[in-house]
Amino acid sequence: MSLKSAFFAIIRRDLLLAFRRRAEMANPLFFFVLVVTLFPLAVGAQAHLLQSMAPGVIWVSALLAALLSLDGLFRSDFEDGSLEQMLLSPHALSLLVLGKIIAHWLVTGLPLLLVAPLLAMFLGLPEQAMGTLLLTLILATPLLSLIGAIGVALTVGLRRGGMILSLLVLPLYVPVLIFASSAVDRAASGLPVNAQLNMLTALLFLALVLVPLPTTAALKMSIN
Amino acid sequence: MSVFPDAVGLFFHRSASPPHFYALADRFIPWLTVIFVVLILAGLYGGLYLAPSDYQQGDSYRIIYIHVPAAWMSLFIYVLMAIMGGIALVWRIKLAEVMLISSAPIGAGFTFIALVTGSLWGKPMWGTWWVWDARLTSELILLFLYLGIISLHGAIEDQRNAARAVSILALVGVVNIPIIHYSVEWWNTLHQGPTVTKMDKPSIHITMLVPLLIMAIAFKFYYLIAVLQSAKLELLKRESGSQWVKTLLENQA
Amino acid sequence: MTLQTFFAMGGYAFYVWSAYGITFLVLLFNILSPVLLRKQLLRQLSLRQKRGNR
Repeated sequence: MSLKSAFFAIIRRDLLLAFRRRAEMANPLFFFVLVVTLFPLAVGAQAHLLQSMAPGVIWVSALLAALLSLDGLFRSDFEDGSLEQMLLSPHALSLLVLGKIIAHWLVTGLPLLLVAPLLAMFLGLPEQAMGTLLLTLILATPLLSLIGAIGVALTVGLRRGGMILSLLVLPLYVPVLIFASSAVDRAASGLPVNAQLNMLTALLFLALVLVPLPTTAALKMSIN
Repeated sequence: MSVFPDAVGLFFHRSASPPHFYALADRFIPWLTVIFVVLILAGLYGGLYLAPSDYQQGDSYRIIYIHVPAAWMSLFIYVLMAIMGGIALVWRIKLAEVMLISSAPIGAGFTFIALVTGSLWGKPMWGTWWVWDARLTSELILLFLYLGIISLHGAIEDQRNAARAVSILALVGVVNIPIIHYSVEWWNTLHQGPTVTKMDKPSIHITMLVPLLIMAIAFKFYYLIAVLQSAKLELLKRESGSQWVKTLLENQA
Repeated sequence: MTLQTFFAMGGYAFYVWSAYGITFLVLLFNILSPVLLRKQLLRQLSLRQKRGNR
């Protein structure tokens, strides 16, 4: 099997596995909406307050939804031994891991875009920011999956790695949060967002290149 | 590679072995302590007594003599940890692993000091205990990076794996530090409060600068002392079954 | 400058001395902690060794 076909094979495999538990795919979505709903309940329903907080609230909630879904990235493969098999495969583990991350994003990150209009409505986000919101979600959710993968790889062997995973990953998420929420915020005021989007794109490419290596090193460590 | 004379190479090679390093640490620590005490007293004398009051901030600015060197140390130590992590991963040198994990609490301590002194400096100046100043915010995130390393090391039972994990994490963290700093600075300029923080670029006079630099160097010597003490403990823990430790115990009795 | 004015730190005594005090405590902790733990470990190990030798 060539490297390219192995890469696509693993994406297909993970997507297939995820589809077999189709109901679970909706969980990050529900969580995303639920968390956003908590904010008006907590701070009050004044329209102007919610509107000014909307970009930040939506993005923090997206971050938390991504964080919660990270565990599924390597957990089941770790537990049933498939991860070890991947390690033994002749193909570069980096590329297989990248494939898994892409599949994970397709299942947990991309769907978040579906509820973005709903959330924009809940918080009164101006319509002119909608496009930027979707754009930041498309650019930054893969980033969240990529950066998160390092944390998951480091903690997959731990019994209760969930809390440590958050501690490890959230500081690394900060730049993504800053640029993404700032972009949506500026778009809501009608200001240009090129700088922020460029930064997110740059970070995305950087992550695509830099993430697989430490992730595979961490997986090899976790499996031993 | 005969750039270095053989004796130097031999020295480093032998020092990497735990018993030699342990003995070396014992020899160095007293001297380092003497130098540290001299420097810290000089720095404190210069900073608290000799340096004049600030025109705008009065005597409260004297916190700078701890705040800035502590912040510098917090970054310096993290970079060192990343280097040690790289050495540990590439060359599998146990000592590098030991130095990495020994440095983490010290770095976290300096980060904590930078945050608390920043807060104490800010309260009389800005009226609040906390402001989302670019430097303070970056330091806060750095503290979490340190805590992550300490937690991860504590959570992994197998020592070899724990060392590998924190080496990876330190390297990942060090790549992120400039990104985080840049994004936080950028974020801060967007949300700049009405008061420009005096912390970021203090207008510094030479009589104020010299004690600052002395304190910075003093803190470096402190780090050396603290990391050597911690490394000795860590080595004993890891090698408690080995022959050199048994000999050490017999010699002590 | 009298000792009194020195300690007063121009009215900012609380802030300045708290800052220096906390710093001193943290630095002290990071030196004392490994030293004391090491002494404790050495005691434990030598006890174990003596028992093992019997």
